[in-house]
Amino acid sequence: MIRVQKEDFDLGEELRALGAGNHNIGGITSFVGLVRDMAGGEHVGAMTLEHYPGMTEKMLEKIEAEANERWPLEASLIIHRYGRMEPGEQIVLVACASPHREAAFEACHFLIDWLKTRAPFWKLEEKDSGAAWVDAKASDDDAAAKWD
Amino acid sequence: MKILYFAWMRGKTGIGEEDVTPPAEVTDVAGLVAWLKTRGPGFEDAFQNMEVVRAAVNQEFVELDAPVKAGDEVAFFPPVTGG
Repeated sequence: MIRVQKEDFDLGEELRALGAGNHNIGGITSFVGLVRDMAGGEHVGAMTLEHYPGMTEKMLEKIEAEANERWPLEASLIIHRYGRMEPGEQIVLVACASPHREAAFEACHFLIDWLKTRAPFWKLEEKDSGAAWVDAKASDDDAAAKWD
Repeated sequence: MKILYFAWMRGKTGIGEEDVTPPAEVTDVAGLVAWLKTRGPGFEDAFQNMEVVRAAVNQEFVELDAPVKAGDEVAFFPPVTGG
């Protein structure tokens, strides 16, 4: 399941609901991305995430389908927020449920790596020196490429 | 043809979305970019370095040689930085 939303999410609630009642699930892994208060040695007061409505949902569905093809998952969830967020706030949740832990760990890792390079989101940081768009990192491309 | 601009590309062009009718010789993304650049300094600036510009046609990532036609939705944006 994928969700693109402005609102925050409750991690416990989401993980409990994921595959509830499915006793074939042996483990759930999750990754939560948070807003940091520092970037490039500068203080960040807040961050705004812009996205491409329509394409974002399409890409997240595609990424999730790819993970489900590669690993035997019983359930998966991607929640990605957009809009203005302050340090400490949750940006993204990726969770994978599988009979075995290895598939759950790997699929979760794969999903977040792919999200960073394939989902149309852009970060605008409010720094002390002014607002600046975050540049894509080559290390993110490298991380995604290792799953090719 | 609907054109969308995101992140700093929207800042440079000054618009997020527009409907355009490019000349008939525009048949791919590269041709479209060349034509859009003629429409003012903001557009020229936005497309100045194509290394940092990504494109999508009808919500699919594409390369610059991808075809475009009337009725398409074409988006331009910097490399993504979500998560």
